Amino acid sequence: MRIHLSSVFVDDQEQALRFYTDVLGFAKKTEVPLGDDRWLTVVSPEDPDGTELLLEPSGHPAVQPYKTALVQDGIPATSFAVDDVHAEFGRLRERGVRFTQEPLEMGPVTTAVFDDTCGNLIQIVHSE
Amino acid sequence: MTEDVFKALADPTRRRILDELVERDGQTLFEICGRLVTKHGLGLSRQAISQHLAVLEAAGLVVTRRQGRYKFHDLNTRPLELIVTRWLRPDPPEGTS
Repeated sequence: MRIHLSSVFVDDQEQALRFYTDVLGFAKKTEVPLGDDRWLTVVSPEDPDGTELLLEPSGHPAVQPYKTALVQDGIPATSFAVDDVHAEFGRLRERGVRFTQEPLEMGPVTTAVFDDTCGNLIQIVHSE
Repeated sequence: MTEDVFKALADPTRRRILDELVERDGQTLFEICGRLVTKHGLGLSRQAISQHLAVLEAAGLVVTRRQGRYKFHDLNTRPLELIVTRWLRPDPPEGTS
């Protein structure tokens, strides 16, 4: 068994697609129209056949309270691996990305947390 | 208020939280939890740490700040200054009990 797909609830799929591709650098993998919404996934260009990230619409009434409570306490919706958190922090901040946690060395890992502009916090991490 | 400060400082976990806030102000609950577990081996639940933060906040040692959708915690050392003044610089007498 392998993890094939993970998902984040996004407030606006178009805005999310722009942020996850233009800003973060992922590539669009699948787009299937579903009424007003889409089945919309992105992948890492470093691993195009790897785990897909589903940009799932956050229209369900349970989603907003869930997201609001997580964001208030700084809890990320998911975590992405990078080669160097400090370098990514610099690159993303220059592009106007808002961080709620600046790079923090925690034993063998370094992490940082940023706002994906679609209602989620995302953690980036690298291991020594 | 001074009573609350001593009560807040009497707990080692709460002193660790203050140690970490000295290093960087403006931490989310998530960051504080991560620091306590990875740097100090304090594997407490988020609810437990929330309760410790509430004690520190009641004593005025931690101030919370809502910024947009986020909530950040800052260190406030003013209650400690009152204690220092009371014994190390006793004149004029402070009105605190």
